[in-house]
Amino acid sequence: MKKISLSILFLSLISQINAQNNESLFRSSGKIYVVVGIIAIIFILIVLYLIRLDRKISNLEKGKK
Amino acid sequence: MNFLGKSWYKILGAGIVLYTLVYGLLIDIPTDVGILDETIRNLFYHVPMWFGMMLILMAAWVNSILFLTKPTTKRDVYATELTNTGILLGFCGLFTGMFWGYNTWGSPWTLDPKLNGVAAGMAMYGGYWLLQKSIQESEKRARISAVYNVFIFPLFIALIWVMPKLAASSIHPGSGESVNFKSYNSSNNMELVFYPAVIGWTLLFVWISELRSRVRLIEIQKEHEENITQHIVS
Repeated sequence: MKKISLSILFLSLISQINAQNNESLFRSSGKIYVVVGIIAIIFILIVLYLIRLDRKISNLEKGKK
Repeated sequence: MNFLGKSWYKILGAGIVLYTLVYGLLIDIPTDVGILDETIRNLFYHVPMWFGMMLILMAAWVNSILFLTKPTTKRDVYATELTNTGILLGFCGLFTGMFWGYNTWGSPWTLDPKLNGVAAGMAMYGGYWLLQKSIQESEKRARISAVYNVFIFPLFIALIWVMPKLAASSIHPGSGESVNFKSYNSSNNMELVFYPAVIGWTLLFVWISELRSRVRLIEIQKEHEENITQHIVS
């Protein structure tokens, strides 16, 4: 479920990015997408880590009851 | 399968933050922003820290009020952990602001009403943190910190939100007689990233607060059980 919603989000993002073709200095070399991709990967990994932590805490709670 | 029921906001928050991280860098920005230039993109990263902090501290404030009307361990833990996360967000806003300010105004700290207000406000929340650490008896600690929190949140908002708005001059946008982001925003597309960023970061940090609260509740439960066993043994 999460993966589906995330990939839908990604697809809509990519289509939006393609729709823009403004040649500002910031984007003219096209390398900014590499930076954006790396930021996205780091953030996704942090979120996956949080999900794992959430599951671990849930297991602890179950062990208590 | 109550999984989605409880965690919809976590997925939503993470998704929105991912969207703002990516789209905030790629969106077309207005060209009439003066010395800010491309750093106007910090509106999507620095400002949501402050807005998120205010929303999270407000949630903590509500929990403190609820604790005072009907004291439960849950309310106390929620208020405390939300405040802790709020303080973390405050530091995120402060350090990013200092970095941005250093590169825009030439100094990491200016005598701007907003910065002075934040310095005083952070000291008040430092007091909250000290209260948490200094009172051993848990019921007393919970009560005193709830009363303190109910008292300081409105003051904090007055210091960082109301007072800078009333100030005669400020170099922060939207305060005093300075321009605000609305007047920059000629193409009006920055709002597409800014408002989602506020919501997304807030939800993400609510998630982190929830995780910390659950750990704390397990700890309290454990302490409680240990006390009971000790009582039986003695």
